[in-house]
Order: sequence, then structure tokens, then C-alpha cells
Amino acid sequence: MSASVSPASDGEKVVFYLEKDEHAHAGSSTALGFWLYLMSDCLIFAVLFACYGVLGRSYAAGPTPKELFDLPLVAVNTAMLLFSSITYGFAMLQMEGGKKWGTLFWLGVTGLFGVAFIGLELYEFNHLIHEGAGPWRSAFLSSFFTLVGTHGLHVSFGILWLVVLMIQVAHRGLIEDNRRRLMCLSLFWHFLDVIWIGVFSFVYLMGVLG
Amino acid sequence: MFSNPDFWTSVFGRLSFESLPIHEPILVATFAAVALGGLALLGAVTYFRLWGYLWKEWFTSVDHKKIGIMYVILAVVMLLRGFADALMMRTQQAIAFDNPGFLPPHHYDQVFTAHGVIMIFFVAMPLVTGLMNLVVPLQIGARDVSFPFLNNFSFWMTTAGAIIVMMSLFIGEFAMTGWLAFPPLSDITNSPGVGVDYYIWALQVAGVGTTLSGVNLIATIVKMRAPGMTMMKLPIFTWTALCSNILIVASFPVLGATLALLSLDRYVGTNFFTAGLGGNAMMYVNLIWIWGHPEVYILILPAFGVFSEITSTFCGKRLFGYTSMVYATVVITILAYLVWLHHFFTMGSGASVNSFFGITTMIISIPTGAKIFNWMFTMFRGRIRYEVPMLWVVGFMPTFVIGGMTGVMLAVPPADFQFHNTLFLVAHFHNVIIGGVLFGMLAGINYWFPKAFGYVLDPFWGKLSFWFWLVGFWVAFGPLYVLGLMGVTRRLNHFEDGSLQIYFLIAAFGAVLIACGIACFLIQLVVSFLRREQLRDVTGDPWDGRTLEWSTSSPPPPYNFAFTPVIHDHDAWYDMKKRGFKMPLSGFQPIHMPKNTGTGVILSILSTGFAFGMIWYMWWLAAGSFALIVLGAIIHTFNYHRDYWIPADEVARTEQARSVAVAGD
Amino acid sequence: MNGMSRKILRLLPLMALMAVLTGCKLSVLHPSGDVAMQQRDLIVASTVLMLIIVVPVILLTLYFAWRYRASNTKAKYDPEWYHSTGLEVIIWTAPLVIIVALGALTWVSTHLLDPYRPLARIDASRPVPEGMAPVEVDVVALDWKWLFIYPQQGFATVNELAVPVDVPIQFRLSSSSVMNTLSIPEMAGMVYAMPGMVTRLHAVMNKPGDYLGFSANYSGAGFSDMHFNMRAMPQADFDRWVAETKAGQGGSQGNLGREEYLALAKPSIKDAPRRFASVDPGLFNAIADQCVEPGRMCMSEMARLDARGGIGPVAAINTATRRVYAGGVARREGVGHESDRTYVLDFCTPSRPTGLLTETSEAGPVLALAPAPLTGTPE
Repeated sequence: MSASVSPASDGEKVVFYLEKDEHAHAGSSTALGFWLYLMSDCLIFAVLFACYGVLGRSYAAGPTPKELFDLPLVAVNTAMLLFSSITYGFAMLQMEGGKKWGTLFWLGVTGLFGVAFIGLELYEFNHLIHEGAGPWRSAFLSSFFTLVGTHGLHVSFGILWLVVLMIQVAHRGLIEDNRRRLMCLSLFWHFLDVIWIGVFSFVYLMGVLG
Repeated sequence: MFSNPDFWTSVFGRLSFESLPIHEPILVATFAAVALGGLALLGAVTYFRLWGYLWKEWFTSVDHKKIGIMYVILAVVMLLRGFADALMMRTQQAIAFDNPGFLPPHHYDQVFTAHGVIMIFFVAMPLVTGLMNLVVPLQIGARDVSFPFLNNFSFWMTTAGAIIVMMSLFIGEFAMTGWLAFPPLSDITNSPGVGVDYYIWALQVAGVGTTLSGVNLIATIVKMRAPGMTMMKLPIFTWTALCSNILIVASFPVLGATLALLSLDRYVGTNFFTAGLGGNAMMYVNLIWIWGHPEVYILILPAFGVFSEITSTFCGKRLFGYTSMVYATVVITILAYLVWLHHFFTMGSGASVNSFFGITTMIISIPTGAKIFNWMFTMFRGRIRYEVPMLWVVGFMPTFVIGGMTGVMLAVPPADFQFHNTLFLVAHFHNVIIGGVLFGMLAGINYWFPKAFGYVLDPFWGKLSFWFWLVGFWVAFGPLYVLGLMGVTRRLNHFEDGSLQIYFLIAAFGAVLIACGIACFLIQLVVSFLRREQLRDVTGDPWDGRTLEWSTSSPPPPYNFAFTPVIHDHDAWYDMKKRGFKMPLSGFQPIHMPKNTGTGVILSILSTGFAFGMIWYMWWLAAGSFALIVLGAIIHTFNYHRDYWIPADEVARTEQARSVAVAGD
Repeated sequence: MNGMSRKILRLLPLMALMAVLTGCKLSVLHPSGDVAMQQRDLIVASTVLMLIIVVPVILLTLYFAWRYRASNTKAKYDPEWYHSTGLEVIIWTAPLVIIVALGALTWVSTHLLDPYRPLARIDASRPVPEGMAPVEVDVVALDWKWLFIYPQQGFATVNELAVPVDVPIQFRLSSSSVMNTLSIPEMAGMVYAMPGMVTRLHAVMNKPGDYLGFSANYSGAGFSDMHFNMRAMPQADFDRWVAETKAGQGGSQGNLGREEYLALAKPSIKDAPRRFASVDPGLFNAIADQCVEPGRMCMSEMARLDARGGIGPVAAINTATRRVYAGGVARREGVGHESDRTYVLDFCTPSRPTGLLTETSEAGPVLALAPAPLTGTPE
């Protein structure tokens, strides 16, 4: 750190400013900023979990989790999302190695797992509504659809983001900006995985087995 | 096809000619005035060929200083609307004795709801966010915030929220539920109109901006401090800004989620808050106050920071008890989450729960009291210069102490069984929000205006404004305290007991005094602009300031600091001055800066369209706008060239000009 | 002389204020019921406690602000004085001490004056006599009027409440549609009345007279006129009033059954006081349970079914949407509007009013869908 020196009143030398700027620029705080955003998102899920905690047993003489939830289907769904997190990890490893097409391949696989997850979730929702167990039937179903649906919306946006990033990586390669974005999406994707583990155990497992 | 009503419904949703309030003379006149004024403004902008300038230099600017100034302008404009509502309420309550007054419930109930929503979300919040934006990067020796584009986007989302509220004035109606829209009153059965939807979407859109701005400022303060500025050397305003933004990030998502649940109840027919099918309205009350109470501290903490900076500057002393001030701020931040239930002691929570929340509320008065003492002892053995900002501090302290005292009175649950929802409560929260937040923001505007514009604000009109506000406040809200002790409740449209009228007349007179205070403030701005040459400050340091923002020129160059400062002590600029710092005149480097962008404006216009579509059930508009928002955001990410370099010789020229101006002074 | 008159002139506004203050009735500070009296004492005590610190703070602030003004060069100026451990200890402990005292007072008083707690005394000098049963009043907030049901005596009133003095009163509160607050400052302040919930309030009146009662929580179009007269009267007068009302004298008439209630519950403003000579004994519970309408399942029933883990496949088809006349916020067109509301249908029929759930076999509840309620309408 080279610096300009001015005489201080008591004779000692004091550095007042940096001559060469090594100071942080916008961009270096992306990780912190994105993490803060994820925490704020986490709070939204906290509210939805809290609602489910309060209202999750208010069936209003309507259908109950035991009658509605198909655990094997949800288990398959969970596996999709967990696999997608692993494949995203592979994509990040490829990125670290600077392998553009390897990164793209694993991102593609991640996206496909994501699509499968959303597809199964839509199938489940459609089935429930068809059976007369739509979100309007009871407070339990309202909070169930909202919690799971909000997670699903996040995954859908994650997939859209992933596609956009794939195009950008294909176009410009693994440049600094793209690596930063891949890192953010990685945080986002794993965050959604963690949320889903909460949903799976708290909503589905406890609903059917509890 | 065109005679088919279904077709028109699919195009215009719920919107029809009946939605326009053409039979309400007050609204028609207001609309005419706003339209004429707006046309005159647009005409003037066109005539003076300012569109290009405004677009390039302001609307698309990512410069935190300009964004801060735009926030404050937004707040002042919305203050006029919110205050017009206040005047209407005071007038209605002053005359409606044994007669219906001039505002029927349909209008009056919108007015008091809009007043609360506007004053909190679109006056107090933008004032606070604006000052934080303007000052924080300068105080920590940074060139901008962490995410400059996001900052611009946040501002425009807040503005979009304000525009949505303003639209409700002329198209349809606003919520008639009170500013927090408790269900069941706000559910689709009891509020079938568009009012609550306007409320929901205005707050959702603005809330996105507020949350992102919170993330941005936290990252800025944590990551972009100048070397040597440890957390315990952070200027106290920046500390309060940090805590305030932490509260924003940790509470606004709760508001967003809660309003989303209310919208689902209204749009989809879910049953979160409806008793009939298992829902629970108490959930809403709890959730909204889990956001609502921290919100109060989001507003007041930065005001505390402003008072601290001003006291220290104008007393010519370092702030007394800096460390305890920081701890007091942090303690308040944490306790802000442990008191929300005190807003509804009377809903039958039980004695133990009530006493717990009552006592936690009282505990907050300990760090707050410590702050008051710290300001007091900063004045002790100081040399107080009574410039306008310092007047606000001295006006604030006794006012706020009384507001705090009535707050603790309300925090005693059995006393709250008497005070809840009375005008005593109304007087209390106006006492702390006007006497604390608004006084603080007006003090801050007077204090930092020369930094933003290069000339100080005219002191005569500033002093006049201060005295009108201070006296007006007590005349307006003193009677409400008394009325509260008589058990008079809030939000009443008309009265039968004629003996109450005198208090409402006095209160209305107080409101007129405050109106004079606002007028003086506006005149102060105009007069100062006209006299700007006499009021010019070329030093960049008109108050003999102590923190870094005063070390650069006024207004600061786009890059704020030609060289990143190195910090050795609290009150960094005071320390530099004491040690004989001299402005560097050579060795300038090119400076890396973010480019302006119009994406924020475009996304905010689309968000307004989305909200309008949702409010009026114009699904095509909502879906189309939403798709375009997503598309716009994606296109934005394809732009990789968001920076530029300011060449070293340009920096040298700018700094040279400043040295010449300072020397010529 | 001149200085004197100027002093008097300066005091004039203060005197005017005093005149205004003494002319009005600060009901919170001069209440007529023992609970409110204790609340008043608490307000005064907490205020005095805080004034111990607030007054010196304000005076010192103003004194420092004056003393250390820049033009007063005689005052000591010490720019380097910004820390004093001793002082800091004091400025944190002084408020702490006050808050500890206030906190203790709060804890005790909140429990003593808990509205759910039956009264132990009639006033400061008289405990509740052995064997004196409280007068029960069930309160329902309607759009926009108050219904008072006297379950012990078996009659009901609208927008008129009468209570005997020096006898504990036990209120149970609920609401038909939105949140309201039953507020009688002279008696005990307020407690919320909320749909689907029951809150409680125990209070007593000590002085006969007419007192204002009202809703203190904004509840829509007719909120401002949602007040009533509370008459506190000696026991003998109260007994006479009860007898009169039950006998159908003094304007009292008819029975308040479920149908009459549903008609009464329709939104209306400025209803004149009214008395019903008799009342359906199950009405208040049905209102709080949200099942006054024929065929609608009670919330308690739902909760019982839910706790048993549901009722199987029929659950998907046991709702019906009905058009109701609702109150809510003000509208340009006038009061009230039509609105759809979804109900869960009950399993009971007129012939089996207690519902089918009472018949349980080994395998669990025996259920059957009764067709009759499906066709019923609330009107």
C-alpha cells in the first residue's frame, strides 16, 4: 500500500489517503449482498412455515394430510431436487476447472432435474384440486399450497435464471462476471434445497406419519 | 364483439366509468389542480428542454447522492398529499358535531387510511432512505454504494408504490381499513372494492424497493468502509443506518409475506385469516406487527443518528459516550423484535404474556434514555452554535422525552386497557414520529443540504419553519392527549358530545400552524435557491464538521473522493483537520465508476402496470407487464459493460477547480 | 406594574387551559368503577415514577442548551471531554432503576387487573361478599350495534346496557363479522370483541348513572355511531328493570331466536335501543361458534372432527357457497352489500339437533350427509 505522507502536528508521519486505489469496488460485495437477500427470502419462508405450523391442523372438517399426501411421489420429487443440487455441485467443479462445456452440461442436467421436480409438483397440485382439496377448502390447504407453491415458484425462477446463465456462459465463457453469477445461483439453488428438506419433513412426513 | 359485456370485462376488468369519482367535488377539484399543476410542470420541463437533462443526469443516475436527493423530493411531494389528508381529518373532526361534517365515511375512512400509509411508507421511509443514501457512502469514504443499479431500481420501485397510491385518488378508491388493514375488515367480504388491493400492491411494490435498498446499504457499510475505519470508529449516523437497514432486511419480508397471504385470501379465496374455514385473523395481527414494530425503529434510529451528528458538530465536541451510544443502538435493534404484542394487549392474550411484552417495551426506554443523556452531556461544556439544525435538536429532546414517557404509560397493560385506540395513543405516536423522526429528518435536511447542493439553506425561513412546527405540533396534539384522557377513540367521523369540540378546534388550529411550518420550509427552499450565491459554501465544510462527508467539496464530485481517505480516529475529518491535512494537488489516478442505466425506470413503470392490472382484474395487463418485467431483468443481465473510467486529468481538473475556489474564498 | 401585567398576560393561556380542563370530564382520571379506578391509580403512579427522571432531564437539557450557547464565553468549553465512566454508569442505571420499579408494578398490576380474572373486591374498602354471584352479560358486536344477552335472566337488549351497582359483572364478548372493542372508560376500559372468538371482562360499577359505551376499534361504515348508553343502577332498580323487560313492558317485546338474530345482524346504523323479552339460550354460543345459520357447522364441531383426524372422503363435498348481506367498509351507494361466503355444512338435521357425531361406533364416528341443510338459506 503506497501512500502519501503529510506531517502531523505532533511530528509523527500520518497517512491521510491511499495514493494507489486498492479500495473495494462494487462487485466485491456481491456474495454478502446475495446472502443478505437469501436471508430475507428465508424470512418469507419462515412466515409461511409459521402459518403452516399454526393452521396445519385446521382441516375445517375437510381432507387431511393422511388422505391427501402420496409419500412415494413426494419422495421421488425430493430425490429430483437433491440430485439437482449434486449436479449443480458438479457444474461448479467444472467451472473451477475452467471447463466451459462441462459446466454447461451439468447445468443442463440440473435444469432437467428442476423441471422434473416442478412437473411432479404441478401433477400433485392438479390432483389435489381435482379431488376437491384446493387451497380454498381449509386453512390447512391454504397454508400447504402457499408454502409448497412459493417454493415451487422459486425453483421455477431458478430454472429460468439457469437457462439465461447457460446462454451467457455459452456466449461469453466463464468470465469473472459469469462465475460470480454462477456462484449466486449456486447459493440460491442449495438454499431452495434446504427449504425443501424443511417442507418435506415438516409438512409431508409429519403430516402423514405424525 | 364490442357489444359483448364479457369482452369489455376481459379488457377493463372491474374498471368502468363509475370508478371515476366525478360526483365528489373535492376529488374533482383536487384532480383539476393536480392535472393543471402537472401540465404546467411538464410544460415547463419541455419548454426549458430539461427532459434530456433530467433523464441523463437524474432519472437514470446510479449516483447515490442524486438518488438520495430524489428520495427526499419524493418524500416532500408525498408529505403535501399526506398533510392535505391530515388537514381534512382535522377539519372534519372540528366541525362534525351533531352534523355529518363535509366528509362522509366513504371518503373520510379513505383519508385516514391514506394519511397513515402515505406518511409512513412514502414520507418517513423515503426521507430516511434518502438521507442514508446521500450521507452513508460519504461518511465511510466510499465512492458509491455496493450495488449502484440496485439503488436506482429501489428508488423507482418506491416511487412506483407512491404512484399507485396516488392513482387510487382519481381511479377507484383507497382502502378504508386503517393503515394496517386488519382482516376481517380487509377481506373480500367486508372490503369488496379495489381499495385494499391498491393498498396491498402499493406496499408490495414499494416494499421490494425498500428491502433491496436495505440489502444494498448493509453491504455498503460492511464492505466499503475506508481503510482504518473499524466498526467502532464508524460515524454514529452510519451505525444507526446499519442497524436500521438490518431491521429493514429482517422485517420487510414479513410484511411482504403477510400482504401476500391477505392477497391470496382476497384473490384466490384461501382461508388464512377467515374464521369460517379454519383461518385465524389473529395471525395477521401478529404478523403485521412483527413487521410493524421494527418499522418504528427503522424510522427513529437514523433520526437518532442525525441528532448525534448535529449535536456533536454544533457543540464543537466529540459525541459523549460514543461506545454506549453504539450499544444502545444495537440493543434497541434487538429489542425491536420482542415487543410487537404491546399493540394489542386488549385482544385477550392473558396476563403473563401481556406483562412480558409490557416489560420488554419498557426496557427499550433504558437505551433510549441513555441516548438522551449522551446528547445532554455532549452539550455539557460544549460551545453550542444555534444554527437551524441545532434548533431542531433542542426542540426534539424535550418533545421526544414526553413522547417516550407517554409510550411507557401505554406499555403498562392495565393502563392500555384505557388508552388503546384512544386519541392518547394517536397523540403518543405522532409525538414520537413527528417529534422524533420528522424533526430529525428536517434537521438532517438543513444540516446536509449544503453538502448536496453547495449552498446552505436560508436560516431565517428555517428558524420560522422550526418554530411553527414545534408550536404547531404541541397545539395540534396537546388537545388529543387530553381527549384521550376523556376516553375519546380514534377514527371517528362525527361526534355528539359538543363539549369536545373546543379541543378539536384547537387541534385543527395546530394543524394550520404545522401547515405554516411546511410552507416556510418550502419557501426556505425557494429563497435559498434564489439567494444561492450569497449562501454559497465553497469549502465543502460550512459547519466546521467532524465526519468525512465534510472533507470533500460541496456538491461532491461524482467520485466523492479523489483519493480514498485513511482513517485514524473517530470524527475522521476533525482528526485530519487537527493534524494539518492538506488537500492533495497531484498524483491523481483514473477512477472506476458505474454507468447510468434506464432499466430501473422501465422496470418500475412495468411494475406499476402490473399492479394496476392486478388491482382492476385486467389479467392481460398484469400478465403482460409481469412477463415484460422478467424479460427486462433478463435483458439487463446481458449488458456486461456497466462501468467506465473517469480519466486522471479530468479528476485533476475537478480538484484543481475546487482548490481555486477554496483559495479565492 | 407593567412587569406584573405582562406576567399575567403570559399566564392567560395557561389559565384558559386550566379552565377548559376543569370544565371537561376526564373520564379516565375520574372513573366510576373500581377497575377503572385502579387503572387510574396505576396511570398516575407510573407517570409519577417516570416524571422523577423526565423532569430533571428536560430541565437539564434546557439549562445546558442555554448555558453552553456559543455567545456565553464564560461557560467552560472542553472539546476533549467526551467520556466519563461514572456518568455513563449513572445514565444507564438511573433509567434501569425506574424501569425495574415500573416493571414490578406492571407484572403485579397486569395480573391483578387481568380482565379474565374474577373480581375480588367491589371497591377499595369492600371485598366481594361471600356467595355474591356476578351478573353475566354476553356481548355481541354486530354491524353496527351492540347486542347484550343476559343469560341468567334470559332476555336481551340492543344498544342498551343496564347493570346493578356494586355487583361484579362478568362479560363474555364476541362479534358477528369484524373486530370491535367494547369500551366503557368509566368502568374498565376496553376489550376486543372478535368473530369466532370469545374474550372476557370482569368489572364493577360503583356509582349509579348513565355512562357512554362504544366501539373503540374502527369497524367499517357505521363505526362512528356504534355507541350506547350504559345505565348503572341500584340493585332494586335493576331487578325492577329486569322484571319489566321480561314481562314485555317498557317497550320490550318478542323473543330473540336464531332467525330474529340473523335479521338483526344485518348491517344497520343508528339503531334505537331495543329489548327482547326472551332469548334463545344457546344463541351466544352459536354466534361465537359461527353457526347460527341453519345447516352451518360450528367451529367447535370442526375442531373436534379435525382433532379426530378428519372425516374421510365426504370432506371434499361438504361445503356450500351462499349469498349473504354483509356490512364492511363504507360504500358510495350506501350501507351493506351482497357477498358470497363459503360455509362448511353440518351433519345434523332438525330431527337430530345435536348432530350425528354423538352416535359413535367402535370404528369411530358414524356419519351421514343430511340433504336438508343444503337447500336452507340464512335469510
